[in-house]
Amino acid sequence: MATAIAKLPDQQAAALGRAYAQSVSARRMKTLAVLAILAVLIVISAQMADVRPARLVANIGNFGSYIVRTLPTITFDNFFADIRAWYWNFGGWFRLLVETILIAYLGTFLGGILAFCLCFFAAANLVRNKTTRFVARRFLEFCRTVPDIVFALIFVIAFGLGPMAGVLALTIHTVGALGKLFAEVVENIDMKPVEGLSATGASWLQIVRFGVLPQVSSGFASYGLLRFEINVRGAGVMGFVGAGGIGQEFLIAIRNFYYTDVSAILLMIIVTVILIDLGTERIRHRLIGMERMR
Amino acid sequence: MNTASATVSPGTRAIRSTALADIDGLKRRHPAAFASSATKRALAIGLPLAAALLALGAMVWLDFSLVRIWNGLHRLGQFAVLMIPPAPEGRFMAFSIALGETLAIAFLGTLTAAILAFPVAFLAAKNVIPNIFVHFGMRRAFDVFRSVDTLIWALMWINVVGLGPFAGVLAIACADFGAFGKLFSEAIEATDGKATEGIAASGGSKAHQVRFGLVPQVFPVIASQVLYFFESNVRSATIIGIVGAGGVGAYLTELIRVLELKQVAFLILMILITVAVIDFISSKLRMAVIGKSKMV
Repeated sequence: MATAIAKLPDQQAAALGRAYAQSVSARRMKTLAVLAILAVLIVISAQMADVRPARLVANIGNFGSYIVRTLPTITFDNFFADIRAWYWNFGGWFRLLVETILIAYLGTFLGGILAFCLCFFAAANLVRNKTTRFVARRFLEFCRTVPDIVFALIFVIAFGLGPMAGVLALTIHTVGALGKLFAEVVENIDMKPVEGLSATGASWLQIVRFGVLPQVSSGFASYGLLRFEINVRGAGVMGFVGAGGIGQEFLIAIRNFYYTDVSAILLMIIVTVILIDLGTERIRHRLIGMERMR
Repeated sequence: MNTASATVSPGTRAIRSTALADIDGLKRRHPAAFASSATKRALAIGLPLAAALLALGAMVWLDFSLVRIWNGLHRLGQFAVLMIPPAPEGRFMAFSIALGETLAIAFLGTLTAAILAFPVAFLAAKNVIPNIFVHFGMRRAFDVFRSVDTLIWALMWINVVGLGPFAGVLAIACADFGAFGKLFSEAIEATDGKATEGIAASGGSKAHQVRFGLVPQVFPVIASQVLYFFESNVRSATIIGIVGAGGVGAYLTELIRVLELKQVAFLILMILITVAVIDFISSKLRMAVIGKSKMV
């Protein structure tokens, strides 16, 4: 079945064509302008950041050979002994890895509790008092803008070297990050239960406990798990400044060119992080599913 | 809402007291509203309890001690006093240049990562490459890139290009390459297939389908994610100097080590202001890119 496509009169088609060309050219000009600005920014920042592509090209071979040098020699005949030689300090590293995870856990736990207490004061729908809200929000912002490792640097001097400084640094950062996310969850709740409770004369605490908490708990747990994931990564490098965990051992290995140690520790870190990611992802999906069902 | 309890009307109070007086009757008539399942209750008590016990165990393992916390807090108080008033003490220009370097590192690192990850993300999207081995392999590769922290990447790049901001750029580019790859491929998978089908139906090639069917849909999402990562990378770039990869981190470490706390406080204030300005600009740009209505 053939359908004839009606052709527009030339004049009309030309007018439409012109309008099309005009709008396309306007878009093109805009894109070109953005690209030009981007190019200028790239040139300026390349100057500032001392980018030397020639050096990268000349030394990129080093990266390859460095990676190759970190790889252990594993032969088929002597497989288990080679693995044992590669992971000669498995017990010690494993202990440090557990310490790293515990630092991340404790930082998330303590930070989560504080964020939980603070988030209700930063939520616009629960606190009408503007000053309270402003103070709570600025405090949270400060906590999350200063990088955790900077807090760790200061705490290492104040509390002494060791994992405690790392935990406290992660705690402060977690308060800031989670406090903001929690407050957003609280602001997105359905206000009807809250209104119902306040109509029956419930106190502020009762409103939060029975009207808000049941709605937000799964969201809180999901964000808490996400933060734990991020904190595991963060705890991995706390050792760079002496705040506990596996980072210190890694730094020593890399600075002293203990090549195979570098790959061994890095592999352990990567596997741990990926496993924790997968685990928390699964739990979070279940939590989100629970919320959908309600 | 905090004033609610103070302004309970007498009528409400009357309803409340009658309801409370007849609570047993209410329970009998509406058993569903008062029922609480035993497993739910056990979970609600057991999970937090387990979490708290684990935390206690962790504190013992990591030898927390109240004495050290007390002494540390005392010293922190002294530090806070020493930080006032924040003053650059003649190093304002040096700090500004270092901050500029930090911004440059974040900008170039994010841009490099985005440019590298954009084409590769199509390979990791199920709806572009249906071959399971290809996109599964790409996903895992992204995971490996992502799970190595920026500071660790920086340490490794320093071995290749030497100390300095260039190593920082490469470190941020590598760490974000993994994150972008994952996010971009998810954005591509979330697109509406109708546009590509239409192009295929009118005889477009695979490349046409990607260019005119997918790219216009994913571009705003990707642009907003890139801007968001730029914000967060400004924060990461401030610390990358701790291992010698350029930016303001080198000053920060050194000044904290020698307890020049007035300068530290000034520098932190400068970082806070810079980050706030960058956040403001990038949120404006994000709005312009994706439009107010779709702001998530």
